[in-house]
Amino acid sequence: MKRHLISAADLSRDDALLILDTADELAQMADRPIRKLPTLRGRTVVNLFYEDSTRTRISFEAAAKRLSADVINFSAKGSSVAKGESLKDTALTLEAMGADAVVIRHPASGAPHRLAGWVRGSVVNAGDGTHEHPTQALLDAFTMRRRLGRLEGLRVTIVGDVLHSRVARSNVLLLQTLGADVTLVAPPTLLPVAVSSWPCEVSYDLSAVLPKTDVVMMLRVQAERMNAAYFPTVREYSRRYGLDGARMALLPEHAIVMHPGPMNRGVEIAAEVADSPRSTIVEQVANGVSVRMAVLYLLLGGSDPAGDPGGDPAGIERPVSDLAAAVTAEVTR
Amino acid sequence: MSDSQRWLIRGVRPAGGEPADLLLDGGLIAETGPGLSAAGAQVLDGSGLIALPGLVDLHAHLREPGREDAETVQSGTEAAAIGGFTAVHAMANTDPVADTAGVVEQIWRLGRQAGLCDVQPVGAVTSGLNGSKLAELGAMADSAARVRIFSDDGRCVSDAALMRRALEYVKAFGGVIAQHAQEPRLTDGAQMNEGEFSGLLGLTGWPAVAEEAIIARDCLLAAHVGSAVHICHVSTAGSVELIRWAKSKGWRVTAEVTPHHLLLTDELAASYDPVFKVNPPLRTRADVAALRAGLADGTIDCVATDHAPHPAEDKETEWPVAAFGMTGLETALRVVHAAMVDSGQLDWAGVADRMSARPAAIGQLSGSGAPLHGRPLAAGEPASLVLYDAGARSVVDPALQVSRSRNTPFAGMELPGQVVATFLRGEPTVLDGKLAR
Repeated sequence: MKRHLISAADLSRDDALLILDTADELAQMADRPIRKLPTLRGRTVVNLFYEDSTRTRISFEAAAKRLSADVINFSAKGSSVAKGESLKDTALTLEAMGADAVVIRHPASGAPHRLAGWVRGSVVNAGDGTHEHPTQALLDAFTMRRRLGRLEGLRVTIVGDVLHSRVARSNVLLLQTLGADVTLVAPPTLLPVAVSSWPCEVSYDLSAVLPKTDVVMMLRVQAERMNAAYFPTVREYSRRYGLDGARMALLPEHAIVMHPGPMNRGVEIAAEVADSPRSTIVEQVANGVSVRMAVLYLLLGGSDPAGDPGGDPAGIERPVSDLAAAVTAEVTR
Repeated sequence: MSDSQRWLIRGVRPAGGEPADLLLDGGLIAETGPGLSAAGAQVLDGSGLIALPGLVDLHAHLREPGREDAETVQSGTEAAAIGGFTAVHAMANTDPVADTAGVVEQIWRLGRQAGLCDVQPVGAVTSGLNGSKLAELGAMADSAARVRIFSDDGRCVSDAALMRRALEYVKAFGGVIAQHAQEPRLTDGAQMNEGEFSGLLGLTGWPAVAEEAIIARDCLLAAHVGSAVHICHVSTAGSVELIRWAKSKGWRVTAEVTPHHLLLTDELAASYDPVFKVNPPLRTRADVAALRAGLADGTIDCVATDHAPHPAEDKETEWPVAAFGMTGLETALRVVHAAMVDSGQLDWAGVADRMSARPAAIGQLSGSGAPLHGRPLAAGEPASLVLYDAGARSVVDPALQVSRSRNTPFAGMELPGQVVATFLRGEPTVLDGKLAR
């Protein structure tokens, strides 16, 4: 497994399955009277959050604490853009404090990638801009496997604002690795122009896809997209791409309904769907802790503590120069 | 420059042709031919070197006045000389904006003081680059700086009516409007080329159509009012096609391409390293191929650097908050060598045309009334030239560059060639690859 978890594409099939299997074992611990393991005693995990996300931050905090790590919460909302301390200076500060892992949530796509070039500890992407949210994809896969018993060949439909969704990107990449068949459903305005190059199917018709769906994942749609003419009105969006009781009835009997939260009830998902037995939304939250425990355990468990000179601070830069060299080689031919 | 030293350059290959000697005297090329001798002249062994007319850049950001932390006229012209340039056009987006005769004359004088290459100011099209009111174009044209190219570069003159008026107005003094073609409504918050990689990387896309739509519009406007438009930093295959079509109509359309758009692609954004963030953005391999073909067949008239220095703190950031732009003066000739000569698409005479003669003609530096540039290496012509070792190769090291900024996207890349010497009107500005003064 790589030293950082920045993209779902960082995970091989074996890596991903190891995380899910480890999470399964750790989840059993949640039923015991003492829910704490000594594994990461003496290690420091920093939660570096540049955006409000109580849900994700608490999930990572609980995960680290159940592994006995020391947790530092560093809330720096908006500071990078608002001319506060630069991300690089913050990284150097965390480095000096001896962070073994930095869990970062940031409004800028690629911020975790940059951070990984500046710190020696492991970087875990807890959501970067409109790029990725790999632990969300892992907990989604974990939830699917628990409910439906497998991932291979599973038909997963992801519905909504794919263009701006880090959850969709990570899910497409991870589910492809794990052998599921993904279909994206959205108005054409909310799909990337080159979505045809993604390893998935695309449809504009939700009702047509639902009968052939094992898992439907509804993405949060933000009302401000309406102002940028991505769709005419919230009502029209809801009619064409929302999941209400009638549409839910098109699903096969075993199918489940997922949502990464927070939900807009009455927009992308009706209350009767969110609260139905098919809904896994509350389970997803619980599973999030187990999956994030597994990620921290596997990234930090076998490694040396931060500050040990065995690190490879420049490691992340290497693929970049390789790519530059490859492009040069091709275009100068 | 009557007190110039005499230089005898032996055995150099003018524009890559047969070896010859060049005698520089009194700021001019006094004689060319084999086996020249000149008593008292300093002799430079040019064997193995190519001589090109001094390079002319239509598009550089020298940052002075206003951002002297990024570059000054002094440091920018040092970088230009090191790159083999003898004339650079300084873009107008300084602070204050170069939108009055006073500011353009200040920049012009700073260039004269530095004395390393001729600095030709570009004037803003609109006051304060605000896109709504014409700047005093005539006053800048009549000033000591003799402005002929006007551009709001960095921003597009997006208002079609204003663009039409600007094109019409400059006809009175033979001016050219150089357009930064970027439809602003299609590029709100744009970070990189819109395509496969922007989708994967979650970075807001800058679609090719936002450039092409403005180019199509402005070619039609230039034709309608019978004026001249120059398209800055063409970056897409579609733009090349549109310009080819406009030229086929006989319209007065010229265009430039940057070295980085001839060599680099949007895949590099996958590093999220903002050293690869530039406007217009790096495009696809297909675009690179079309730009090279367009430069080779003359659809794109010239190479211009869009040298855009930025201090480290504006680049050592998250991609979306980083500044757009790359340095380019010091590497331009080497990149063109790699992209166009090594690929067999241009010979050295072609390089001389695209990097000296054509840009000098567009900037109106090759006729009377202006310091002469872009002239052939012939007796009686100004002794402004560059000596280039095409056999050298080295890895680009930003720490060795003389620009005040370090944001070169070619850092760590091995490029061919080495500028050995640059002469401005008979005076060396660079010798042995180093500043001569």
